[in-house]
Amino acid sequence: MIRREGDFVRVTPPLTDEEVLELRAGDPVRITGTLLTGRDAAHRKLNDLIKANQPLPVDLKGQIIYYVGPTPPKPGQVIGSAGPTTGGRMDSTTELLLRAGLKGAIGKGERGAATREAFQKHRAVYFGAIGGSGAYLAKRITAQEIIAYPELGTEAIRRLTVEDFPVVVINDAHGADFYEEGRKKYAVT
Amino acid sequence: MGSMRTIAASEITKAVRDLYSTCCVEVRPDYKAALEKARSTEVSPLGRQILGTMLENYKIAETERSPMCQDTGFPVVFVEIGQDVRVDGDLKDAIQEGLRQGTKQGFLRGSLVRDPLTRSPNTGDNTPGIVHFDIVPGDKLRLDVLAKGGGSENKSRLYMLKPNDGIDGIRNAVRETVSLAGPDACPPFVVGVGVGGTFDKCAELAKKALMRIIGSSNADPAADKLEKELEGELNKLGVGPQGMGGSTTAVAVFIETHPVHIASFPVAVNIQCNANRHRGIDL
Repeated sequence: MIRREGDFVRVTPPLTDEEVLELRAGDPVRITGTLLTGRDAAHRKLNDLIKANQPLPVDLKGQIIYYVGPTPPKPGQVIGSAGPTTGGRMDSTTELLLRAGLKGAIGKGERGAATREAFQKHRAVYFGAIGGSGAYLAKRITAQEIIAYPELGTEAIRRLTVEDFPVVVINDAHGADFYEEGRKKYAVT
Repeated sequence: MGSMRTIAASEITKAVRDLYSTCCVEVRPDYKAALEKARSTEVSPLGRQILGTMLENYKIAETERSPMCQDTGFPVVFVEIGQDVRVDGDLKDAIQEGLRQGTKQGFLRGSLVRDPLTRSPNTGDNTPGIVHFDIVPGDKLRLDVLAKGGGSENKSRLYMLKPNDGIDGIRNAVRETVSLAGPDACPPFVVGVGVGGTFDKCAELAKKALMRIIGSSNADPAADKLEKELEGELNKLGVGPQGMGGSTTAVAVFIETHPVHIASFPVAVNIQCNANRHRGIDL
């Protein structure tokens, strides 16, 4: 579900193609609901399963995956620090997940040209969160549960419950790139 | 024989433990001050807002004693041992034990894998850290611990330039590295530049440069001038806070030099992200 409200776009997964098309590069977004997590190792495993035509341990349809490997929680904490990791490292393993129905990913940093095209083709978006602000972002996570690959430790696939999780649309399903626009706007030549 | 000062290995372990776990929750004060200043000079409204979030993140991390960033880094330790110091115990083991205890004490993430070829297993305690030793006059032992994030380390580069590439060669290398690093390496950056030495020495100089205090001058006037010019040039790139556009891309450029072979001109550029974690102590 998506809803424009004041300065923000409020997003709650699962997302449909039509909803994804309403999101535009530069939109400040607040996500409430559930996110999946996964980074390099989980992506490798999911890609292997898809290539082997095996069932996935998690349904990706309409979902958003957050590239994060949290620190261990301190006593009393829901989760440790939990900021985004570099999205570009997932470039080679993203398209198969999009084919399986994934509608969004959250990371930081630029995506390669082929991945940007894949987001466009499969009607999905890449969101940017603020890298380095893991303590701040953890405050917006109200629950976590490991749902696959516990042996991967910090790299396991988790289901996070989030409230007003702040991200910005970087690559929309229309081909725009907010990092590129931002840099162009403020470059002094 | 001159008198030797004895330092117990356990004292070194304790110091490393506290430096490592504390640097992950308390951002470097000079870096924080630089971001506070940038918040009033940044031209992008979104950029100012992002700087505000970063400052709030440091506050939460410090108050709650939680790591500011989930990537608690590759620990890098610089050790300067006075030649009149004798360590009672195994110095190398003492340092690694300090990192092990610091990881536990600080609830840090295990971010190292034992075997880079198989990429497993995770060592779980952020050992073995990288340790650089130097022998200096005196009877003090200086420890500096950096928790170096993977995202910004990945975007660092080493150039083997030609001697006639000159100062412009350095400029281009620094500009290219920072431009390619962009949003991936979590700006605003501190940029450490090594110039000279060998392939390996040059990279070490760039890392060492990151430890300099923001606002301090380079003792070499020519390098000092180049640092200030480069900082100005980098802030014209438009990358901005978190790469979403703006005038704050780098808050400092620090250059460390070393004598060099007549045929060589290595330049290393080490990028430091906004999770700027470094603490030191004299024992």
